[in-house]
Amino acid sequence: MFRVAPLRPGRRLLAAATAMTTPLLPEDFLGLVDPLWSTTQLRGRVVSRRRETDRAVSVTIRPGAAWNGHRAGQYVRVGIDVDGVRYWRSYSLSCAQDAEHLTITVQAVPDGVVSQKLVRDLPIGTVVQLEQAAGDFVLPDAPAPLLMVTAGSGITPVMGMLRTLDATGAVPDVVVVHSAPSATDSIFAAELEAMAGRRDGLRVITRHTAERSSRNENGHRDGRLDLAELDDLVPDWREREAYVCGPSELLDAAREHWSQAPEQLHVERFTAPVRSVGGSGGRVEYGEKAVDVEPGTSLLEAGEAAGVLMPSGCRMGICFGCVLPLRDGQVRDLRTGDVHGEPGHLVQTCISGASGTARLDTP
Amino acid sequence: MTATLDRPVTENATVTDDVDRHPVRPSLQLVPSSRRSDVEATTSLTPEQIEELGRRLDAIRDRVLAERGESDAAYIRKVISSQRALEIGGRALLFAGVLPPAWIAGTAMLSIAKIMENMEIGHNVMHGQWDWMRDPKIHSSTWEWDNVSSSAEWKNSHNYMHHTYTNVVGKDRDVGYGILRLSEEQKWNPYYLGNPVYNFLLSLFFQWGVALHDLEVEKVVAGEKPLSRVWEQVKSIGRKAAKQFTKDYLVFPALAGPFFLPVLAGNLTANLVRNVWTHAVIFCGHFPTGAVQFSEEQLEGETRGQWYVRQMLGSANLDGGPLFHLMTGQLSFQIEHHLFPDLPSNRYSEVAPEVRELCREYGLEYTTGSLGKQYLQVLRTINRLALPNGTR
Repeated sequence: MFRVAPLRPGRRLLAAATAMTTPLLPEDFLGLVDPLWSTTQLRGRVVSRRRETDRAVSVTIRPGAAWNGHRAGQYVRVGIDVDGVRYWRSYSLSCAQDAEHLTITVQAVPDGVVSQKLVRDLPIGTVVQLEQAAGDFVLPDAPAPLLMVTAGSGITPVMGMLRTLDATGAVPDVVVVHSAPSATDSIFAAELEAMAGRRDGLRVITRHTAERSSRNENGHRDGRLDLAELDDLVPDWREREAYVCGPSELLDAAREHWSQAPEQLHVERFTAPVRSVGGSGGRVEYGEKAVDVEPGTSLLEAGEAAGVLMPSGCRMGICFGCVLPLRDGQVRDLRTGDVHGEPGHLVQTCISGASGTARLDTP
Repeated sequence: MTATLDRPVTENATVTDDVDRHPVRPSLQLVPSSRRSDVEATTSLTPEQIEELGRRLDAIRDRVLAERGESDAAYIRKVISSQRALEIGGRALLFAGVLPPAWIAGTAMLSIAKIMENMEIGHNVMHGQWDWMRDPKIHSSTWEWDNVSSSAEWKNSHNYMHHTYTNVVGKDRDVGYGILRLSEEQKWNPYYLGNPVYNFLLSLFFQWGVALHDLEVEKVVAGEKPLSRVWEQVKSIGRKAAKQFTKDYLVFPALAGPFFLPVLAGNLTANLVRNVWTHAVIFCGHFPTGAVQFSEEQLEGETRGQWYVRQMLGSANLDGGPLFHLMTGQLSFQIEHHLFPDLPSNRYSEVAPEVRELCREYGLEYTTGSLGKQYLQVLRTINRLALPNGTR
């Protein structure tokens, strides 16, 4: 005996419609009208762009109906096509929690394929792929005094939190210590200042790390922030829930600084995908199993030699019967020597070798 | 068949003391299956030349890979949306199919949509030609097509067996589809007297021919394949066919209510047109006069260059305009497709002149002709091979 789960009317309709579209789905035809009508892939449409600094823009996206909303401080994975190839990146949401559309704020990284596209050349109306918001870098459930330590584009999730608090009108005691290279490179500088003027609970301390002068126009010291300075800047920092977002050096320093009270510290880390440092051979994880792959050996051969159940086919790069998804790292095309790979990319294991560390999902 | 009547081939190295003079590795003894004595090897490429040719073909491939980008992605997306629009339009018109003009237009549109879906889209997407876009909606690992053969089975028999062992009698199951006698190497028996009839039926029911040839029934007979595996495949084909047939022969006709029959007839016709067309294009890709067949021994230790040469000699192109090429899924560039099976199909027309020029330079035949001419040659061969070798 087996039981059939009762279908909701919507599902039943979808199942009926699929009989008309098989082997495709109804959405594959409806997508001709609006690609946002998809039940298998959440998508969104770029509705506006706002330049924040010379190298940062805020992009506002209207998500499809399946969007579940987000909590302030969370991030969203965005899939964007650059030169016909899809790339996925995670960006913090900088909009308030109850905003109608979602907004990400992106700072162009030199050589950053996706960030450069987003900042320089993403026309209004572009359809992007989305995932649901994720991340536990969120405001505490009960109001508490807060300390935000941010650097560079690390301000974006914190901006989402501040806008959310500002929108409710109940801004608790918040201190923001934000570092940016210079005043012109400081994202949301004007809005932060305006909000601090409007809300008594909010204090904003800005540091311009590339400036020579010892005091900036807000009367704050410049230069790189040393967390030991918090004793002076925010004497009661130990009593605050701390949110730190920025480059990994800052996060490492914060972990050490809060080593006595790690439960009070919340960090958001954005690591760039692991890139190959070049060279041939390397350590590759096939699911749970780590294998040292010799230079010149294909990932397929190395996996098989190590007893991994590898799918395979022509063994010469034609049939795509051997592809496995890449989780992390990059691989070398043994035919051309090209090093390539992005998380999620399907790799032809029979003609790819290792180039540093990488991780493959096994079936 | 496929006797190389006038094509230059690499030295027929059956003369063993020839090896020093013509150091062609035994693996590339392109022995044409015809035993006609006028097949004198007119071209003999040295191993160095073959590898040089291989490098030059690699260079063409690398160049296209480097250029591949937004315009290619736009091409396939446009083809896909046009195909879907055509399908919607065709099916909509068929609802008015009691009116003969609507029936004809609807059936024509649906036939074209089905051909595009199988050839320019399905075949090429499942080859991984568009995997580089990393769009899960247009990807070899996710694509399913409007055909009774499931994509998983087809990818194995086509991408792997056919493209790796192209025209190798006994390995490439596209040679004869396990039904026809398409090579003199296949031993004759009285069953093959029906060769022309089998071909006609295969043409009408080509999607079934493709699906059933994945079963490799002869391997079961030979004890190389367990019956349980065949049963699995039969179930997979059954499930797939049930869905496609429910859609074409039940759901859409039923939606038309009183016009059930015109819709049913239109869908049936569209499937037949698709079958006959794909059969013709595919048979013209490998079996007209000029395309060479090979034996299994020739595969031993084959180099990249030798592989390229085998792909070129085993394939034949069709002449036509852009629309014709689109309707063949660019398999009218069968030679280019076999050299570079994973390049985006819209690029084949672009590299074809270069490949043709290379063939000329190295004295290799670049077989091409009109669909009518090539198909007549295929039919002639099928008729001839109905009889034992040597009978006229």
